[in-house]
Amino acid sequence: MFRTQYDSDISIYSPEGRLYQIEYAMQAVAQGSTALGLKSKTHAVVVTLMRSSDELSSHQRKIFKVDGHMGIAISGLTADARVLLKFMRNETLHHKFVYGSDLPTGEVVSSLAMKSQRNTQRWGRRPYGVGLLVIGYDGGKTHLYQTSPSGNCFSYYAQAIGSRSQSARTYLEKNFKAFPELGLEELVLHGVKALKESSGKETLTKLNVGIAVVGKEQKFEILKPNKVQTYLDQILQTEGEIEIENENENEKDEEAETLELKLD
Amino acid sequence: METYLGEKQQASQWSPYINNGGSCLAVAGEDFAVIASDTRMSLGYSIKTRYSTKYLKITEKCSIVSSGMQADIFTLHKVLKSRAQIYEQKHGKPMSTDAVAKLVSRLLYYRRFFPYYTFNIVAGIDDEGVGCVFSYDAIGTLERVKYSASGSGSSLIEPVLDNQVALKNRNDIKKEDYKLTKENAIDLVKDAITSAGERDIYTGDFVEISIIDINGTHEDKFELRFD
Repeated sequence: MFRTQYDSDISIYSPEGRLYQIEYAMQAVAQGSTALGLKSKTHAVVVTLMRSSDELSSHQRKIFKVDGHMGIAISGLTADARVLLKFMRNETLHHKFVYGSDLPTGEVVSSLAMKSQRNTQRWGRRPYGVGLLVIGYDGGKTHLYQTSPSGNCFSYYAQAIGSRSQSARTYLEKNFKAFPELGLEELVLHGVKALKESSGKETLTKLNVGIAVVGKEQKFEILKPNKVQTYLDQILQTEGEIEIENENENEKDEEAETLELKLD
Repeated sequence: METYLGEKQQASQWSPYINNGGSCLAVAGEDFAVIASDTRMSLGYSIKTRYSTKYLKITEKCSIVSSGMQADIFTLHKVLKSRAQIYEQKHGKPMSTDAVAKLVSRLLYYRRFFPYYTFNIVAGIDDEGVGCVFSYDAIGTLERVKYSASGSGSSLIEPVLDNQVALKNRNDIKKEDYKLTKENAIDLVKDAITSAGERDIYTGDFVEISIIDINGTHEDKFELRFD
């Protein structure tokens, strides 16, 4: 394609005004396994699908705690994510030490965006190849942000990133209006259901599904596998009941997925 | 400056240190530790505030109490809290009590030439589940002991603990027969600091007492005399 003329360096614009290196970096995010986040008025949740490269290896961690009131889910280059995580932990700890309070989620995300942008405009540096979903609870409100290699960051009611995330996003788009009033249990269930949409052929087990919650009177906590299993059981239960009813709906989803692949 | 007789008279020089008073103590049992401190903050013969905490819970298994200058206590505790979080983020688990004890010692020695005016006691459960108490001087000399007291009331409390915990100078009881139970230890700590409050003017108002065992930390508060 024509774009190969203008993609050899981060500092080269294409005639359409695009920076292809940044878009390639965002592709790295899209290659990672699914991570999604959603929030209600009182809680914010992230749900991730943890891949393992083969049967012998452990599942790749995708959720990390930043501070008592904040955490992230990652998709993309894990090594880059570690660098950003260290940065966020440092910022929040420093703020706590100096001002004695929790650093607002939005402020960390802004600093992170600035940091990410710097790498898109500096000689010899490359963009961070990782997208983060940041969830936090501060100032009496829940927060969900997405950061990307481009340095853009947005606040969301719900969002999914990584491979096959469109299916999860479709599910979230259908259901997000109900989220604000939900309790924690129902919110997590929606998250797991959304993950199921993008899990494809992979079966969800307590080992490859990661869930973390934060909210009012709930410090950021990564749920233990046994707790994860209780949610998976609930999904399987309802699935068994409505399996026959939704046969047609499933067919439609498969069609949509095949369309996605063709566009690539 | 010299007087007319030729002797040098020392003008009182400004000192960066003040003593805000207060007492702290801790006692270790077989599988628990009890740690307590009063909350009165004084300056000279006045009371600055009746509630200024000298206690910090570092992990579920370890806490620290400090007496001396409130500003240095506050700062030391802030630094310690941050360091504990950094450790937990780096190692994926909370600091062990031994690690906390060593860290406090190093933090204090780091300021060897402008010390924190703090007299600290760290208490908690070690890795084997045994109760432990660590006492320090201002520059971080570390010693693991069974009990310790620091602060303005320490000279009133320490002999009581010598007699009741270490069973020193007692003719009425055999060491082999004696075991310090949790209830006895709590009562002992409460009585010791209450007695200190009777005679030491800098000890009083409230006491924050904490019991640490394998299940975690249980915090409590009670009143002392307000005079």
